Amino acid sequence: MNLESNVPEGPLKDKWSKHLNDIKLVAPNNKRKHNVIVVGTGLAGGSAAASLAELGYNVTSFCIQDSARRAHSIAAQGGINAAKNYPNDGDTIWRLFYDTIKGGDYRSRESNTYRLAQVSNEIIDQAVAQGVPFAREYGGLLANRSFGGAQVSRTFYARGQTGQQLLLGAYQAMMRQTHNGNIDLHTRHEMLDLVVVDGKARGIITRDLVSGEIKRWMADAVVLCTGGYGNVFYLSTNAKNSNVTAAWRCHKRGAGFANPCYVQIHPTCIPVSGDYQSKLTLMSESLRNDGRVWVPKEKEDDRHPNDIPEEERYYYLEEKYPAFGNLVPRDVASRNAKIVCDKGMGVGPTGRAVYLDFRDAIEREGEKTISEKYGNLFDMYENITGDNPYKQPMRIFPAVHYTMGGLWVDYNLMSNIPGLFVAGEANFSDHGANRLGASALMQGLSDGYFIIPYTIGNYIAGAELDKDIDIKHEAFNEAAENAQSHIDKLLGVNGDKSVVDFHRELGQIMWDKVGIARNEEGLKQAIEEIQALREEFWQNVRVPGEAANYNKYLEFAGRVADFLELGELMAKDALHRDESAGCHLREEHQTDEGEAIRNDEEYAYVAAWEYQGVNGQLQEKLHKEDLEFEFVELKQRSYK
Amino acid sequence: MAEEFTINLKIWRQAGPDQPGKLVDYTLDTVNEHMSFLEMLDVLNEKILNEGGDPIEFDYDCREGICGSCDLMIDGRAHGPKAMTCSCQLHMRNYNDGDTITVEPFRARAFPVIKDLVVDRSAFDRIIEAGGYVSIKTGSAPDANSIPVDKQVADTAFDYATCIGCGACVAACPNSSASLFTGAKLAHLNRLPQGEPERKKRTVAMVEQMEEEGFGDCSNFAECEAVCPKGISISAIAEMRRNYMKAALAGDEA
Repeated sequence: MNLESNVPEGPLKDKWSKHLNDIKLVAPNNKRKHNVIVVGTGLAGGSAAASLAELGYNVTSFCIQDSARRAHSIAAQGGINAAKNYPNDGDTIWRLFYDTIKGGDYRSRESNTYRLAQVSNEIIDQAVAQGVPFAREYGGLLANRSFGGAQVSRTFYARGQTGQQLLLGAYQAMMRQTHNGNIDLHTRHEMLDLVVVDGKARGIITRDLVSGEIKRWMADAVVLCTGGYGNVFYLSTNAKNSNVTAAWRCHKRGAGFANPCYVQIHPTCIPVSGDYQSKLTLMSESLRNDGRVWVPKEKEDDRHPNDIPEEERYYYLEEKYPAFGNLVPRDVASRNAKIVCDKGMGVGPTGRAVYLDFRDAIEREGEKTISEKYGNLFDMYENITGDNPYKQPMRIFPAVHYTMGGLWVDYNLMSNIPGLFVAGEANFSDHGANRLGASALMQGLSDGYFIIPYTIGNYIAGAELDKDIDIKHEAFNEAAENAQSHIDKLLGVNGDKSVVDFHRELGQIMWDKVGIARNEEGLKQAIEEIQALREEFWQNVRVPGEAANYNKYLEFAGRVADFLELGELMAKDALHRDESAGCHLREEHQTDEGEAIRNDEEYAYVAAWEYQGVNGQLQEKLHKEDLEFEFVELKQRSYK
Repeated sequence: MAEEFTINLKIWRQAGPDQPGKLVDYTLDTVNEHMSFLEMLDVLNEKILNEGGDPIEFDYDCREGICGSCDLMIDGRAHGPKAMTCSCQLHMRNYNDGDTITVEPFRARAFPVIKDLVVDRSAFDRIIEAGGYVSIKTGSAPDANSIPVDKQVADTAFDYATCIGCGACVAACPNSSASLFTGAKLAHLNRLPQGEPERKKRTVAMVEQMEEEGFGDCSNFAECEAVCPKGISISAIAEMRRNYMKAALAGDEA
């Protein structure tokens, strides 16, 4: 597997501009001769499709939802980072880069992360010009707030709905191009396979989710923007339809899957209430600007939180991390919530929750101000729990939120399969072992608006693609038959256990053994349990209905089948990475206080796995891309 | 663990777009107050599956009230009895043991049924296509702070931009009008300096596309505002009409 990162030579700050000077271009009148497929219409997919179409490429775009406006980016609440330094608090591109690489615990590629910080400012300009209604000060200029892992206020926001507003901006740009005929948009279509001809990505196979029809699509390049794989845990903050299938099927065609074990568990979510629970709801990290996290000092203290006096409250983040307090990075906050709950200090009916308290903020700033900042989040919380967070603290607990791992890509965001580009959460590229808050929106839009549109031209200009092939080529036949036979196989099992039951069981294994903290014994057990569950799935799953119809259970069955393979790879990756880094905490490697201890000597690399089949066990071969830190000194992270 | 109670349901079942549909009775006796309405339907579907039946199809995705996928007519009210709440955020604590609930799709000529409770809302996308954007190319934007926007104007723009495109306004309207949806996007973009240059063109194009899709006229019933899960004000419609009159009737379209 070729893992050449193709990072340009030269000083960090000049790499991207040098690359732009050097890469090949496609002439304007030639662009319309090239078809580009973009899968997914979230921030990465929407911005890539719109920008590529504006440049003149023929874009074909796909999403599984009924409208391109509904991709899960829409649910991002808190904000988007940029190094504008509008508040004059000392922010620079270097600081945003440094915070991001440090927050990721030095497991990302320096050059990619630096470029992300470099283009961050252009994203804000772009969004404002589109009419994204960011929060403003009374003077009419843009407002900022602070987020975890940073000591400056660099987060731009639109109340608690920043993802929605940025996505609608990208969606609207996309619909403008659809109207002009430059984008051919297909909603309710799911990608089921990648077509590779002569070693290059040349198309995809989709299933029309309404008619069930299997369709073939050809292109000169494929851009995968299909999001993360957090739903392998069954319960997560992801939307119900978020899945790994498109990425996993590319992996099965040879694309390396990088760092699958890096999963971010978000510290502030509404706790689980019962078995019927279908998803977990995030309460934005921005709440930690004003909310104070605590548990009772007394174990199993069942008093009402308002009856617990100040001196009997343990503000554990403020005490342990005085410099960052409640604004420590997500991995640190999540781990500490688990630690206090494991000690018996957790609250609520299950004991798996901590308090997030706004009492002091409301006293200081008044209910009206707090409501202006977080009103929709407070309403959402009350709706779900029946409790009023203006009157008593919220109960929160960590939940799976974001996956830093994903398909391996080079500096051009191209996978090891030429012509297959991967953007947004679906790639592994910028966040290392932990993503800082308000950086996902930044990365999705950076990839889609400002990176892919250039790098794809460089590929197409030099690719020498075979012009004589069409969708009747044998590679298309084989992929289409493969997609159809997989569906037939799922419908043919005719067992008596539902897809949801399998998914829930897989999720439990993952949460218990491949979750916030991992150890060798648990990971080995997880691998065996997942193998057994996968075997049972193929003998006993019940998928109702038929292939040629709208059939949500069939869609889910295909996705769960892929999660049952991915889950094993995640456990394998977590087992092989015998160190702690960011969100990947191996219990064997931690300080007395539960901080991650990295092993830079042996593990400062990207683990890219090559699929080699399933034979009872998942067969995967490990390849390594060494991470070289030319400009940053590797340090033990400290937020104290 | 919360106590379980029983809910009776009458749910619209329809095999396909051209098939006849009808309300079918179901009873679920394992409901609890913390379940969301959609989780209650999930549990019902598992029960139907166990009994060898065909599960009920309904649209959903984020389940946190922002993606706009879920679209249930619950006891004749779009998204159910709770104000400013999507179907997915409605919780069963709003119901009592023994209640009977009728669940139907969002009905409108422009929203044909695909299956059961799933409808086709692509007409909304085509209204946005007609002009619901600012024509700015990637890379050509000036510095974000180069044009100050009055905080109040920005806040009001946000209030309209918060529309999730669920279609409740259409389902609730006796005329199946999409005026609140269309008006909200216009009110968002038209009041910002960035949206001003295309204000007239945008207004005319979107209003005409709305008519072309087969949505009805607005007769000021205000049912849309009452069911909107994001609380979008009907003033958007008045504003849309004013702008449309000025642009279209004055022949001042440029």
